[in-house]
Amino acid sequence: MRHLNRATSHWFSMLRNATLLLAIVLAGFVSTSASAQLQLDITRGNIQALPIAIPSFVGSTGQVDQLSQNVTRVIINDLERSALFRAIDPATYIDQNANPDAMPRFPDWRVLNAQALAVGRIVQEADGRIRAEFRLWDVFGGKQIAGQRFFTQPDNWRRVAHIIADAIYERLTGEKGYFDTRVVFVDETGPKDNRTKRLAIMDQDGASVQYLTSGGDLVLTPRFSPSRQEITYMSYATGKPQVFLLNIDTGQREVVGNFPGMTFAPRFSPDGQRVVMSLQQDGNANIYTMDLRSKRTTRLTNSPSIDTSPSFSPDGSRIVFESDRGGSQQLYVMGGNGGEATRISFGEGSYSTPVWSPRGDLIAFTKRSQGQFLIGVMRTDGSGERTLTSGFHNEGPTWAPNGRVLMFFREPQGGNSGPQLWSIDLTGYNERQVTTPNFASDPAWSPLLN
Amino acid sequence: MFAQQVLRPLTRIFPVGGAVKILAVLLLGLAVAGCAGGDKYDVNASGGANAKPGSAQDFAVNVGDRVFFETDSTDLTARAKSTLDLQAQWLARYPNYNFVIEGHADERGTREYNIALGARRASAARAYLIARGINAGRMSTISYGKERPVAVCNDISCWSQNRRAVTTLKGASG
Repeated sequence: MRHLNRATSHWFSMLRNATLLLAIVLAGFVSTSASAQLQLDITRGNIQALPIAIPSFVGSTGQVDQLSQNVTRVIINDLERSALFRAIDPATYIDQNANPDAMPRFPDWRVLNAQALAVGRIVQEADGRIRAEFRLWDVFGGKQIAGQRFFTQPDNWRRVAHIIADAIYERLTGEKGYFDTRVVFVDETGPKDNRTKRLAIMDQDGASVQYLTSGGDLVLTPRFSPSRQEITYMSYATGKPQVFLLNIDTGQREVVGNFPGMTFAPRFSPDGQRVVMSLQQDGNANIYTMDLRSKRTTRLTNSPSIDTSPSFSPDGSRIVFESDRGGSQQLYVMGGNGGEATRISFGEGSYSTPVWSPRGDLIAFTKRSQGQFLIGVMRTDGSGERTLTSGFHNEGPTWAPNGRVLMFFREPQGGNSGPQLWSIDLTGYNERQVTTPNFASDPAWSPLLN
Repeated sequence: MFAQQVLRPLTRIFPVGGAVKILAVLLLGLAVAGCAGGDKYDVNASGGANAKPGSAQDFAVNVGDRVFFETDSTDLTARAKSTLDLQAQWLARYPNYNFVIEGHADERGTREYNIALGARRASAARAYLIARGINAGRMSTISYGKERPVAVCNDISCWSQNRRAVTTLKGASG
């Protein structure tokens, strides 16, 4: 309830997880300069990765230990997977014992062409918590450009690493990061004609997979709440396929609404207070919202067609959805409370699963064209359509909270194969598989946790 | 669970001969053979000739429990209609059965649209059976979208087996 009267639903700062404590800017070292000379422009495709030196963080004794090494590894992995950064091989470091508290010997790092240097330590406190500190240096500018200290429980060490990676990413790109996030998805096991599907959640880098349902019921299309540790998804648990809410922390589940038919394709409104979804009645599907507090339902479309996959614009003023009202599946935009819908997709083929970018300027979609399934983006008026990736079957894009990276699932052609998760930059570069324990589909990216 | 005791003797005497057969048909009309039995049937295991009349196996093998659709289409083909005609006759003859019509889609579509497409296919079959005089109260529909393929494959002829509406008997009502 504490988020109810938030004036604007800001995508980037929504979850304040109680388990993570305050980040404190490291006094005395903080840069006074807001206009960094060191700035990476990530809006262009296929840019050259920025060389960065990240010596292993040190532990309590001032020496590298297992925990500090693990944190460093996760930071480097985050930054390198973004393809915007290249970690310089530690074997080439001239200063092999960089002291996180001292001014770096910049010439030692300039000679390696390190544009930035990140140093830090992870210390066990007497009260059982860990203290994490890091500083980011502009090597050629010769000054500190970021510095933070965190206290948290040792179990949170991965999040500490992701938060530090986000801080580095943000300072050097000018964009919010996306590393301290999670992905909910459908884990798939068993043969194709008798597949077990379970809701699962993991860190965005594929670590820390946890299962949210047992696999006894068919579950599909999970999506994160923008404001709470909740997901909405479709389940066959009651025999009648319906939209559910699941609290990730407590495991509590409930059906969303009491509709006279199957409900599916749920998503949250940007303020997290409503769920928008399709209701199937006879041969037609129409779009409804339900207010989660008042339980009031509102019908948004009224057409003798299949209207589904609704997705709000980040300001809540508009909804993009797919409909076959014109014959084939195409994308339409209407107001956040319904009303007249305008078709925005006009390319060759059919379009589905539209998802509004958290930045508000683009819509990602699945397109079927010439026997292929591709992931693409277009502006919200349908102009500027661009293909990010294409193949036998790609489906269901989801945006990283900074709107720079998308995740989707890809299914190969052939017998008893199965889907896998992939990510790709908005530029169309840096396509890579996201490792999951089993087959996986229907990924949905969380907002930033910190 | 079902009224099996009524039907068991009938199905035993059914194959014997002319006079008995007439008796059997009469009895069928009287006793209302609403029996799917507890027996699991396997469509592939035995031919239709061996199926007990009025059994789920009889329905699946001798009538046809499923109809198929063209790609992206929810229109009933001529062949689908003739299968549904047979289903309607059978369901009229054995009025104690309630049933579920399951709608399915092939894998060449996106998940959410396919859920709606499967529902529309089930709805098309339902409307046809109602038009053929079957009481709407006996039937319900469910869609599985592309989640429950019967055939695991990657070519057009194979996908067509997955674009289906399947009438699944639930057993006798009342």
